[in-house]
Amino acid sequence: MSVPVAAPLLDIRGVSKRYGAVQANDKVDLSLYAGEVHALIGENGAGKSTLSRIAYGFTRPDSGEIFLNGKAADVHSPREARAHHIGMVFQNFMLIPALSVLENIALFLTDLPPVMHPQAVAKRILEFGERFGLTVDPHAPVRQLSVGDRQKVEILKLLMAKARILIFDEPTRVLAPHEVKALFRVFSALKAEGFAILFITHKLQEVVRCADRITVMRQGRVVGSFGSGQADVETLVTMMFGERGAIGLARQAEVPRRPAEARPILELRGASSHATGSETPLRGLELSIAAGEIVGVAGVSGSGQKELGDLILGLRSLSAGSKWFCGANASSWSIARMRESGVAFVPEDPLLMAAVGGMSVRENLSLGTGRRYQSGVRTDWPALETTMRESFEALAFPIPPLDPPIGTLSGGNLQRVVIAREMAHGPKLIVALYPTRGLDVRSAASLRDLLRRERDGGSGVLLISEDLDELAEMTDRLLVLFEGAIVGEFSRGTWQPEEVGRLMTGSTEVNVA
Amino acid sequence: MPERGLTAVLRSSTALRKTARSCGIGGAALMMFAAILLVAGKDPLRAYMDTFHYTLANTYGFSELLVRMTPLLLAAVAVALPARLGLINVGGEGQLYMGAFMASAGAFLLPKAPGWILLPFVALMGFLGGAIWAAIPGILRAGKLVNETVATLLLNYVAPLIVSYFVFGPWRAAENSAYPQSSPFPDAALLPSFFNTRIHAGLLIALAALLAYWLILEKTRWGVDMRAIGGNAEAAQRLGIPVPTWIVTALAVGGGFAGLAGMGEAMGIAGRLRQDLSPGYGFSGFLIAWLAGGRALGIVLMAFLFAIITSAGDTLQMTQGVPYAVVNILLAMILFIVLASRSAGGTSK
Repeated sequence: MSVPVAAPLLDIRGVSKRYGAVQANDKVDLSLYAGEVHALIGENGAGKSTLSRIAYGFTRPDSGEIFLNGKAADVHSPREARAHHIGMVFQNFMLIPALSVLENIALFLTDLPPVMHPQAVAKRILEFGERFGLTVDPHAPVRQLSVGDRQKVEILKLLMAKARILIFDEPTRVLAPHEVKALFRVFSALKAEGFAILFITHKLQEVVRCADRITVMRQGRVVGSFGSGQADVETLVTMMFGERGAIGLARQAEVPRRPAEARPILELRGASSHATGSETPLRGLELSIAAGEIVGVAGVSGSGQKELGDLILGLRSLSAGSKWFCGANASSWSIARMRESGVAFVPEDPLLMAAVGGMSVRENLSLGTGRRYQSGVRTDWPALETTMRESFEALAFPIPPLDPPIGTLSGGNLQRVVIAREMAHGPKLIVALYPTRGLDVRSAASLRDLLRRERDGGSGVLLISEDLDELAEMTDRLLVLFEGAIVGEFSRGTWQPEEVGRLMTGSTEVNVA
Repeated sequence: MPERGLTAVLRSSTALRKTARSCGIGGAALMMFAAILLVAGKDPLRAYMDTFHYTLANTYGFSELLVRMTPLLLAAVAVALPARLGLINVGGEGQLYMGAFMASAGAFLLPKAPGWILLPFVALMGFLGGAIWAAIPGILRAGKLVNETVATLLLNYVAPLIVSYFVFGPWRAAENSAYPQSSPFPDAALLPSFFNTRIHAGLLIALAALLAYWLILEKTRWGVDMRAIGGNAEAAQRLGIPVPTWIVTALAVGGGFAGLAGMGEAMGIAGRLRQDLSPGYGFSGFLIAWLAGGRALGIVLMAFLFAIITSAGDTLQMTQGVPYAVVNILLAMILFIVLASRSAGGTSK
């Protein structure tokens, strides 16, 4: 372990922040030295985001101090943070798709002359790119870039604006494996030149692999700090969750399942669909999901995953080919009919896709139940409540109060309500669209357990995910989606992440790693 | 300290607070309007006394308030119902005109029919007229072609032209060609009136519409579906609620209510189709629905208030010699004060 002797570039001392009843940060200390990669981990709500927002000037702490280069500094706004050479790469990149790389970067630079000299900026972009392994075409429109390249532009933007401290919020979440490796090479190059990197992540393997220091937060406090090589994944998980332990995490080494010899629940035969705007058209998909199997779909974002889910749900119509559900041609079925026939939907963001925030929990439980609880013009609320209570109990979920608006529930409880509703009528097929995105390690593990239980109970599961570790752990069969077409199919245990990663990005290069 | 005690009491009861707030808004608007009357050299106290005397304190005046309320209630429901889905129907005026037009067509189509056939038929035609006129923007919106606000607004300009064509042309009254109006409807098509006043059966229709609106939204599963669409259309669609069908239905039914308002004005008041059958009831309905926040009881109260204010316009014109249009100033003030207090409430929360 290298202990730098110089003053830390960024030193957070005793920072506290309270939101209502929640102590988001409680006397947090964190120092970030030049030339180190510092990982910040913790479960959802542990206070990582609050801390990074304080460091970037988005949020003012209630108490505590921030020192930059050994001097006390007040960072009131992101603008001041940038003046102090702090930069942040957000999960959702702050780029304008219609403009070129050069224009996007120029927008961010404050020291350009009024009449811009594009050649000079382009030259600087190429220089920086070469120096740190961030090569992109300065004249390419951002909308044409892959996610990995967009991230490069974000980093370039900060470097050219003279940032010395770089904060990354879950930078690897959307990347393919070889892009992750490339990002870590960039980290090394930055480290060598004395930049300081703070990155927030949920992926513990990569933390252990590339961080010089790891700080673990729990319930707003720093509960541990390790140097490189001092902690393994098990230790970190125990630390993140305390005595509650690491349930369901050690399931990676599951026995390969033989797909049940059952008739398919869902089949797509040459299914295609048109697309408008930023959607991806689907091209001749051949897909079948049998009872008792989990079929995974891998792909970089925007490869047609959402469109595939929508096509199966009946939200998107087929332009060619056909869709079969339990042996019946379901090509033109409405969403209501698909759902009534036994399709459940577990989305990434329930408040966006599966619940109405302003309506009560009870009313939300009734949505999408089709004709099951109709009694004349009214809803049979007692019958609905009975079924839903049984569903909560079967899933071992606590039953929330039914009268308040569902939007007032915490994220985890809200998702439990949606899952309880979706599982209430014994679904034959579960379409899970990035179901664990944004969940902490423990909630994600329990959701995966649930999907496996449903599979073992005879449901078919379509799991759409960007997380290859998750797909490796869960799926009996894996499909790779690229630009709306299936470009690869693997059965359990027969694939390497690098190979899938290359298919995901449509890359033909052999030696990416 | 006593002030804090009072505030605490007010805060303890939301109903009380809301009432106090509405009174405050009304009072503030009346004060400002009084100032304007003063500047114009009129006596505001006298004006308000006159208004009170000729509306609330007088049987005929009160009956006229109910007459004015009738189309306002229906036009407000026409806005409030689609609003539950997040749709903005500013086409009440056009839908009202088309209701009157279709109802008139019905009356002229079956001139010999007895009342028990003709009245329901005319009402149905009125409803259909408004419903069709609102279904057009509904279909355009459901097909993601044109925003419903724009389409309903633009159709407001078309409907009166259709009425004009018929009252100047095919239906023009033979006996008095100086004034553009149709010949009188057959007696069997006229809505019955009550108590020797102009209060007509349209008021009952309006109250029934309001009751239906409340029942559908609060008591049926359709209400849940509609509120789900208004709350989160994407989730509603993913959960199998047929959103496009609902968009067309809600706008059409709303437009149908506005059409009934037009039918009421033609069959209950004028007795014939006229070019100027509405002094902007459709637009007032929008304001009423909006000020009432879509609540049924609020719609009744607001419609009553609007009826008083517009009656005040007539009164002031006669007693104080100020133009009728000054009441628009009062209406605008109420609107602005409500707007301001709502956004202030929004930010302080």
